[in-house]
Amino acid sequence: MTLAHPTAVPTPHSAVGWSTVDDATLRALERFLTEEADLLDRWQLHEWLDLFTPDGRYLVPATDLPEGDPEQDLFLIQDDRFLLEQRVNSLLTRSAHAEYPHSRTRRLVTNVRGRSTDGDRLLVRANFAVFRMRSGVMDTYVGEYRHVVVREGAMFRFAERKAVVDLDALRPHGKVSIVL
Amino acid sequence: MSQYIVDDREMPKFRVDRAVMVDPDVFAREKELIFDRCWLYVGHETELAKPNDFRTRTVGGRPVIFFRDSKGVIRVWVNSCPHRGATLCREPSGNARFMTCFYHGWSFSNAGKLVSLPDDESYGPDFDRPGLAAPAQVDSYRGFVFATFDPEAPDLRTYLAGAADYLDLVCDQSNEGMRVLAGTHEYSAKANWKLLVENSFDGYHAVTTHQRYFEMAIAARSGSEGDAVRARATGAGSTNTLVQSRGIDLGNGHAVTAGSPVTGGIFGRPLTPAGQAEREKRFRGFAETYGEAWVDRMRGTRNLVIFPNLVVIDLVMGVVIRKIDPVSPDYMEVSAWHLAPPDEGPELHRQRLDNFLTFWGPGGLASPDDVEALETCQRSFASRGELRYSDISRGMNKERPTGSDEFQMRTWWRRWNVIVTGEELPPEEHAPLDGVWAGTRRDPADTTTSAPATAG
Repeated sequence: MTLAHPTAVPTPHSAVGWSTVDDATLRALERFLTEEADLLDRWQLHEWLDLFTPDGRYLVPATDLPEGDPEQDLFLIQDDRFLLEQRVNSLLTRSAHAEYPHSRTRRLVTNVRGRSTDGDRLLVRANFAVFRMRSGVMDTYVGEYRHVVVREGAMFRFAERKAVVDLDALRPHGKVSIVL
Repeated sequence: MSQYIVDDREMPKFRVDRAVMVDPDVFAREKELIFDRCWLYVGHETELAKPNDFRTRTVGGRPVIFFRDSKGVIRVWVNSCPHRGATLCREPSGNARFMTCFYHGWSFSNAGKLVSLPDDESYGPDFDRPGLAAPAQVDSYRGFVFATFDPEAPDLRTYLAGAADYLDLVCDQSNEGMRVLAGTHEYSAKANWKLLVENSFDGYHAVTTHQRYFEMAIAARSGSEGDAVRARATGAGSTNTLVQSRGIDLGNGHAVTAGSPVTGGIFGRPLTPAGQAEREKRFRGFAETYGEAWVDRMRGTRNLVIFPNLVVIDLVMGVVIRKIDPVSPDYMEVSAWHLAPPDEGPELHRQRLDNFLTFWGPGGLASPDDVEALETCQRSFASRGELRYSDISRGMNKERPTGSDEFQMRTWWRRWNVIVTGEELPPEEHAPLDGVWAGTRRDPADTTTSAPATAG
């Protein structure tokens, strides 16, 4: 019996030695991701939005299709700049009911890897655990970041910010109402 | 008065006892009387593209394998070895001609036959070698595959009653056949499953719970168009497009809220001119095939619930298939798929994907707030000593209840009531369907009418 299981297919990104950037760049990427996580945990979402390029995207693939194609397949989140602004603006009002009052979150971002591509673009991988606490319940989101960032002087911006969740279903979480 | 439902035609009022949302005995009765007997949605044929494709999932609480066998026949097998019960297939999906149980090595073809077992001679030649177990009946309607565990259940087409028309309105939107896209929304809610049934065709909550979503839809349009959507989504009286709809009893507990053709325009981001042109061209083609009256209905939104737990919502900018699985009185699992026409161009497809996601799914701008609403309801049911009933009376006094009324929910609840308690509550009398909602489908096989049919 042969079984094709899409999630079991090893991706080239999991190979040892994937990270090729020098130590200084790696340290700068780590600082960038750490500070980003801090902005999110403090709900400084307008400041967080400034970390994106004007055409930057935010993606979360479906739990059963981590390698999905956003042009063809169903995702959980697929925000362009307009939708990202809508998401952020409404999360800071009372109309985002699932996040009013705001949940508390705490993010652990580790195992950061980087790889240069053409010009100033870098591929970044990192592991994440995002804990969300609200109404006496803690939900844990675990996964891998697979970002494309652009170097702008001493800092970076997200051209594509992708959170690939390792959970095989959003259960019992029920939703992704925070930014992962 | 029934045990759980107050159905007072004099006042009028309709109330449901919140005990049905928390009581484990009610939950057990639902399992036995509803989920062991009704036709339940399994999946869509297009999820199994090739022979030997399979997906594992839960139907009516049972683990099943949804299979396309080597000959291309759709099968639903109980995912348990008939020998000692181990899970036969532990993969979420794949392609296989045989399933071999890892426990003792019994092997079955995907047509359900036991093809080999280790040390076969120890059983003797007359030993009854069992094949895979299956639901009592499996059938499909236009690609939607259903199963029932009741051998006495009526056939699927009879069971679907008037709901078949609304599946037609969805399925007629592609000449190649609508297809489920790759990627599944698998989530849950800490709430009773019936709360999501109600929510799935509750037009009344849209502008309050989903203010955030409509603000996006308004912001996505230029000034005057945005104002128009604001008026149509949040305005009072007849300016509000959401009330230009009907709540409709489809028989056997199925019900729908169906919008007039203008309702399609207030959801999602506006299409690009090229996307708009392609969609218009498609609608014109469907009108030639099925008649203008049918396409006028197609252009409106529809929120369909097929009793007990299948939801199909078509907001014109996207179609979601949602399957609701009760796990315990206060917890449900939800699976949702995106049904789309495979014959749309890449630009329109992209816009369809976008418009689907902005509303639906656990990461959208709307569904998380529904989950929040349902979960707060469930928690608050702890106070049912003080607040025994939920009210579902809207529109009982109307000749033509709309999608912002609650006739569709009462229809579902009356079916629930007769199944769970045995007590029949008489149906509500309303004006017969007229206007756009009375439009009929011209049979494309009927070639006697060459001119486009006029709206009736």
